[in-house]
Amino acid sequence: MNGFAKSHLGWLLLAAALLAVPVFVKSGRWIEFIELTLFVAVLGQGWNILGGYGGQYSFGHALFFGTGAYIQALLQFKYGVSPWIAMWFAVSGGVLVGLFVGYLSFRYGLRGSYFALITLAFAEAFHVVARSFISITEGGRGVQLALNRDPDQAIALFQFTFADPFLKSYGYYYVILALLMIAYGATWWMERSRFGAQLVALRENEDAAEALGINTFRTKMAAICMSAAITSSSGIYYVQKFLFVDPAIAYGPTKSVEALFAPIIGGLGTVLGPLVGSVFIHGLSEVTREAIDAVWGARPGVDLILFGIILVLVLGFAPKGLVGLAEAAWRRVARGGKAQR
Amino acid sequence: MILEVRSMSKTFGGLKAVSRASLSVGEGEIVSLIGPNGAGKTTLFAMISGFLKADEGSVAFAGVNVTGWRPHKVCRLGLVRTFQVVQPFPNLSVAQNIAVGAHTRLRSRAGALEKAGEVAHAVGMGDRLDMPAGSLTVAGRKRLELARALATEPRLLLLDEVMAGLNATEIDEIIGVIRDIRQSGVTILLIEHVMRAVMNLSDRTYVINNGVMIAEGTPNEVTQKPEVIEAYLGHGASERLEAMGAGGGHA
Repeated sequence: MNGFAKSHLGWLLLAAALLAVPVFVKSGRWIEFIELTLFVAVLGQGWNILGGYGGQYSFGHALFFGTGAYIQALLQFKYGVSPWIAMWFAVSGGVLVGLFVGYLSFRYGLRGSYFALITLAFAEAFHVVARSFISITEGGRGVQLALNRDPDQAIALFQFTFADPFLKSYGYYYVILALLMIAYGATWWMERSRFGAQLVALRENEDAAEALGINTFRTKMAAICMSAAITSSSGIYYVQKFLFVDPAIAYGPTKSVEALFAPIIGGLGTVLGPLVGSVFIHGLSEVTREAIDAVWGARPGVDLILFGIILVLVLGFAPKGLVGLAEAAWRRVARGGKAQR
Repeated sequence: MILEVRSMSKTFGGLKAVSRASLSVGEGEIVSLIGPNGAGKTTLFAMISGFLKADEGSVAFAGVNVTGWRPHKVCRLGLVRTFQVVQPFPNLSVAQNIAVGAHTRLRSRAGALEKAGEVAHAVGMGDRLDMPAGSLTVAGRKRLELARALATEPRLLLLDEVMAGLNATEIDEIIGVIRDIRQSGVTILLIEHVMRAVMNLSDRTYVINNGVMIAEGTPNEVTQKPEVIEAYLGHGASERLEAMGAGGGHA
């Protein structure tokens, strides 16, 4: 085995396992479940770049998801643009919104809760715009894309509902997996780059970072662009999969909250944090729902209460998230092993 | 002259923190800036390094007018400051902290970490590379502050009370480190209250009081000047000391 393979064995195994999921998972329901878990993991990684590594907590990441989704949907719906071309505009549009919000916030030195509030306000403003500018966005009724029934057009139209059996079952899984691998690869690279070191430095102490030669404004702008690009890319998957977007889905608070929950639970400022968090959140909500169904019968909503309690416990006792917990446990095991030797 | 500060002023509300202060530092010198608490030393440092905008006056560094430049630009030109209240990156290790400074000149991560190791050894922290900065003692943090600044490969280092809060042994160690830094070709301007260090290290000393420069000269010269003694001990102190000295002579 060469040096690269050896030192990155864990990552290679993880990638191989994810690529091989369709070999082991045959149930459509489970594939769907894994797909949505990965979707939130991508959404969350976008947030993690800016919030976890950069310390700039956004409460409105739906801004980027929604913009990506709307551009992806509208270019096809209104102008018949190929989805494969629309997706580049979707990501670019997300980045432009990131530049705009970032410039306004960082130029004037907004930090902490002020930044959180301005992103929340912008997401709400975009929500209103999407609802009101009916001639452009179709307003509150949303954009419904035409369903393609021709299997031969499945790839060209980026729709796998009537494709051949493999593509039909696993096409969207590989789409979200590809986005995940790009996003996580980019984050992995960033963590080992000068840009990443400077971003973390300004999270830790902005004045010290500036004194040591870091252009904190430019670094934050770069971070919000990267963050927006990743988060808006998840909008491409969403639109192609569900063929529908409306103002509440695009810019409502749900996506903003999902985007920040996953990395906070999983571990802020770690490559794997958002994926671990997303797996935990989705797994937990699934298990609690099943358990409650079994004990009391269907009681919609009760699982959410239990879910909330567990979230509070994780946040209270594992501020560095699950990845932090795992690292601490690993250190203890490693130290124990050494002591015995 | 590597640093030329001309007639800088800064007012906070009704308080004139610094008033038409000028100073200059020659290449390779160690110059100190002393004065009672609240005299305006740190404010002057903040203006020189770009953290505060001056109301008037100018700063020229290495022949370039850097008045109003942002701190990161000033740093890239080779002028870097440390903070009186240390500002470590608490969740990063010592090596990672120093590497942030090294990245100012080096793009590669491996190169920056290697440089961090070298600088850490130079300031006597070579054995603490993997410690989280948040767990360092005060003396350790002061050294880290120094190491990070050094890693940016400055031509001029502004040190703001790097010895405050250290014990006598630690002060002697830091004095040694600062001498080594000068030996390596870095010019140093320092704010210090520890007079032993000021007397030991400086080629020249400026004294500031109530925002006004009141004296300049070798450390021995300035500490003899009546206006300096009065700044520290109060109005008339100089005469009283002289009278006491004369009285003692008679007895």
